Amino acid sequence: MSIRRILIVAGLLAGMCPAASKLNVVTSTEDLAAIGREIGGDHISIDSIAKGYQDPHFVEPKPSFLLKLQKADLLAVVGLQLEIGWLPPLINQSGNSKIQVGSRGYLDLSTFCEILEVPTGVITRAEGDVHPLGNPHYWLDPENGRRIARAMKDKFSEMQPADAAYFDQHLKDFEQRLTEAEKRWDAQMAPYKGRKVITYHRSFPNFSKRFGLNVVDYVEPKPGIPPTPSHTLEVINRMKQENIKLILVEPYFDMRTPNSIAQQVGGTALVLLPSVGGEKQVQTYFQLFDYDINLLTTAFGKYK
Amino acid sequence: MRRHLHLCAAVSMLVGAAHAQDNAVLERLKTMEDRIKALEAEVADLKGQKAAPEAGVPVAPTAQAPAAAVAAGGTLPVYGGSQAAASKVFNPDIAVIGDFIGTGGKNPVVPSPAFEMHESEVAFQAILDPYSRADFFLSFGEHNVTLEEGYLTFPALPGHLDLRAGKMRAAFGKVNTLHNHVLPWVDRPLVTQNLVGGEDGINDAGLSLSRILPAPGGLFVEGTAQVFRGDSDNVFHSWRANNLSTVGHLRGYRDISESTNVDIGVSYARGASPVAPGLFSQLYGIDATLRWKPLRRSIYHSFTGRAEFIWDRNETNLVAGSPVFTRQTPFGYFVSAEYQFARRWFAGARFDWSERALNALDRDTGGSAVLTYWPSEFSQVRGQYRRTRYAEALTANEILFQFIFSIGAHGAHPF
Repeated sequence: MSIRRILIVAGLLAGMCPAASKLNVVTSTEDLAAIGREIGGDHISIDSIAKGYQDPHFVEPKPSFLLKLQKADLLAVVGLQLEIGWLPPLINQSGNSKIQVGSRGYLDLSTFCEILEVPTGVITRAEGDVHPLGNPHYWLDPENGRRIARAMKDKFSEMQPADAAYFDQHLKDFEQRLTEAEKRWDAQMAPYKGRKVITYHRSFPNFSKRFGLNVVDYVEPKPGIPPTPSHTLEVINRMKQENIKLILVEPYFDMRTPNSIAQQVGGTALVLLPSVGGEKQVQTYFQLFDYDINLLTTAFGKYK
Repeated sequence: MRRHLHLCAAVSMLVGAAHAQDNAVLERLKTMEDRIKALEAEVADLKGQKAAPEAGVPVAPTAQAPAAAVAAGGTLPVYGGSQAAASKVFNPDIAVIGDFIGTGGKNPVVPSPAFEMHESEVAFQAILDPYSRADFFLSFGEHNVTLEEGYLTFPALPGHLDLRAGKMRAAFGKVNTLHNHVLPWVDRPLVTQNLVGGEDGINDAGLSLSRILPAPGGLFVEGTAQVFRGDSDNVFHSWRANNLSTVGHLRGYRDISESTNVDIGVSYARGASPVAPGLFSQLYGIDATLRWKPLRRSIYHSFTGRAEFIWDRNETNLVAGSPVFTRQTPFGYFVSAEYQFARRWFAGARFDWSERALNALDRDTGGSAVLTYWPSEFSQVRGQYRRTRYAEALTANEILFQFIFSIGAHGAHPF
């Protein structure tokens, strides 16, 4: 058999073989999945573990998640110990060598982003549930969203090089749309730059820095510590003194204390979403900012 | 001449002292110079960190960041302090969990001290190399120390197999696998005390192999096979080297909805009986757990219902010292429920019913009511009222209270 014939037969056999399977990506949160979906399109399959409306610090490591992780080629995590309470046992029990910590299929996106509130000096648990490596809610700055997208594009291309051009094109498209959206969001938030607000937990430092909000206090006296009567009174007094009208609350916290404070000061407690999937209509990274910024500007407009 | 010698000696001493002083000053200057250089480098580094990072370039000052930054072409200053910190990077995560128990009331059958530092569990956990991790749990009592668990895990073997080697709690049912500090009660159920070795339980040195098995429709099925030396408190006793014990566990789990799930397991264990050489005991178990936790309010409300049924097929001499052994199958179970009614508050109850391993005709029953408060994620206060009716026709009414407190970086437990 001539070499030419061999090549023809090999080519036919290759054609008969099924196409290489899609890169199977699992992310710890819906935010990472939403950005990954923008880059990977229909050339990857992507799924997340935590839902956007649940507290990402406290996710039960259910065995059903092991079924997802067992088949994953890539596990993308927020990092900075956000998932420390539930992800390590899932990774250990998955029996999947590809996604073990330090493996090629383990991607910690915090290493690519600007991280705020990195503690300095002595850290103890007297400060509450502090994250010693910095605040893990960094995806709430679109610039970090851009960094996450770039890091994902690089990783997807490395793991599925045949689709590198496709991922690159999707990244360009994502960045272009993000730049346009940022202009819109900046314009919407510009009139309210420097406005003082209270948040329940420290979920919004990146968002606040990016859009010029001034978070002056928290409903929690310390991170992870439920509201106390004395601290609640302090918050009420401060809001009255400084004419602060908005309390921003994550969807998984009880509204009784924020509503009570809002009532005392004649303000509003808003459920601001820290994650994609926090509401049914918020399914993309762009919709997350659209939703939050519309909510904020409407509320700020009410209290001039 | 003598006077000259004294003078010379005095001069040379003075010169020597002056030299020593100069050296000390020089040394101090050198130290200060080094310190200034280190501070300058630190300031330069801090200035560098302040600049907004380029997209796609790793920047966060996390454990992974230095390597990433170097990979990206950056240079990192090296200080003595950072070298010292680097030497600790590979230290294992260390945690200590205290378990203090107080008991009030009267129990003539199993008396407990009024106050007891019941256990101090010290945990060391780390990834060993690219292929394995190691976990050690030392249990310090007030007067002794035991290795509760110490094992090597290969979590990523071919074929999705998970292999463990070392000393470990056997995968028999649910309660046997749990450390004291994660129990939802102060004590362990009567069936665990009577048939599965109590607090120590089936806990032995050996090998464990588990695998997630293929199953239809989102059903999670996991099989575990274990072989041990054969020494587990008063459950199994290895009279000879080949008296190995074996444990098998099949677990099925399914999400009923995003908030509710059910977890059912069947277990089997076999090993040499501690009663006499040549006898063997077999344990059969069924465990069931129903959990409810609404995701939007998962930190405020949850419910867990548990039950475990255990049969112990063994041979025993009902009359002490008698050479006649009788085959019997003592049985026991518990049913419990726990409801979280606020962010830090849990209320629960448990019903116990169990025959005894050495005589199935002896039957103990009991009931408990439990209230738990978590001041934080790292501490827990619990009160339990326990009423036990023993086979000896004696009844014990007790109040138990417990403080559990944790320091360090104890990793999360499996679900």
